[in-house]
Amino acid sequence: MPSAPVRVILPGMLRDLVGGVAEIEVESPGDGQTVAELLDRAFSEHRILDGKVRDERGQIRRHVKVFVNGEDATRGDGVAAQVPAGARVHIINAVSGG
Amino acid sequence: MTETIVAIGTRKGLWVARSSDRTEWALEGPHFLMSEVASVAVDTREGRSTVLAGVKSWHWGPTVQASTDGGRTWTESAERALAFPSDTDTALERVWQLTPDPNDADVVWAGVEPHALFRSTDRGEHYELVRGLWDHPHRPKWEPGFGGGAVHTIVPEAGHPENLLVAMSAGGVYRSSDSGETWAPSNPGIRAYFMPDDEYPEYGQCVHKVARGAADGALYAQNHKGVYRSDDNGASWQSIADGLPTDFGFTILAHPRRPGVVWNIPVADDGERIPPGAQLQVQRSDDGGAHWRMQAQGLPSESFTCVLRDAASLDSADPVGVYLGTRNGDVFASADEGETFHRIATQLPDVLVVRAAQLD
Repeated sequence: MPSAPVRVILPGMLRDLVGGVAEIEVESPGDGQTVAELLDRAFSEHRILDGKVRDERGQIRRHVKVFVNGEDATRGDGVAAQVPAGARVHIINAVSGG
Repeated sequence: MTETIVAIGTRKGLWVARSSDRTEWALEGPHFLMSEVASVAVDTREGRSTVLAGVKSWHWGPTVQASTDGGRTWTESAERALAFPSDTDTALERVWQLTPDPNDADVVWAGVEPHALFRSTDRGEHYELVRGLWDHPHRPKWEPGFGGGAVHTIVPEAGHPENLLVAMSAGGVYRSSDSGETWAPSNPGIRAYFMPDDEYPEYGQCVHKVARGAADGALYAQNHKGVYRSDDNGASWQSIADGLPTDFGFTILAHPRRPGVVWNIPVADDGERIPPGAQLQVQRSDDGGAHWRMQAQGLPSESFTCVLRDAASLDSADPVGVYLGTRNGDVFASADEGETFHRIATQLPDVLVVRAAQLD
């Protein structure tokens, strides 16, 4: 039986770049996946998002947050954090700037 | 009908001023509101009306965006336009300079932070790292200037595609004579007063901007204290600061057709970054820097702003237009080679880059 997909919810600032798409549903392998693997899958059809969320080393940008089921992955294991099947993942622009 | 455009990159977006007569101006914008635009190039080669902009969102990172209609509409490549290769383990911080190549209409150079040079062969859509400069053994010793460590100036030579010059704060001037394959420092004569032991080191100078006089090939350099000229394509440099109110400043401009005509925008001192005597001004030389005179008609006095390294530009009209933008969001234009200035924009965010051009 397939695992429940992961829902990746985009912030408003990125939705305009992908025709208003607000949420991307990503398959979840049986043994789960890391944030990096999740983003690889989520952005395969929306390449422009990859450069916005991650730098070319694959790291989450400094003022971007990725929450996995409400937990800030960027404060934990970062792109190596585990994403369970059925998770809700929010990509958020951090409250910063002037 | 020829249109003059002035692309104005600021800390919080890009504006474009347009005029058919360089007297009446219409200001459009902002594009990329809340993103920093530190570099702009207007590519008029082969009749194009392309504008390239180095745009950095504080959230979503840096990229290069392109407009093929003179800055009215913009597109961004879905794939990263400019990125460090994976083996460098380096991430792009900011695009500091975009320079169309005068010898190949498909080539655009990009200078970036951290210190690196990139080359595009598809008119500025995608860029590849120039390994020759990246692999230079001096690179670990290049220090960041106050604004960051970057290749901020790229000076190709028309008619000699093999010759390239770049400048860095604070690495100094480097030159290549094999189209970027190999590089060597080229700072003889440029003083680095801040170095504790050797004030004339091989490299490490804090060069702020280099301009080439297209008519005679002379090079002019504004440094972190020091204004210089080179008549041997950058192999050696001679001071031309005598006669200027100060040797500090960020930018320098050279006339596209008349030999020896140079504009410098002086700043009082590195610890006093305001116009000399609080008079916003341009200093002009007609003899390659031997003598200077102030041009300030139409520019404000009791001014405590500053003009940054790329916030000034010339157009290609006759007489040449002179443009400058300030850190307090004003942009001034002169249609008579600096004799009189008029304000064409005000109340913008701090101006980082100004580029003017005539579009057909």
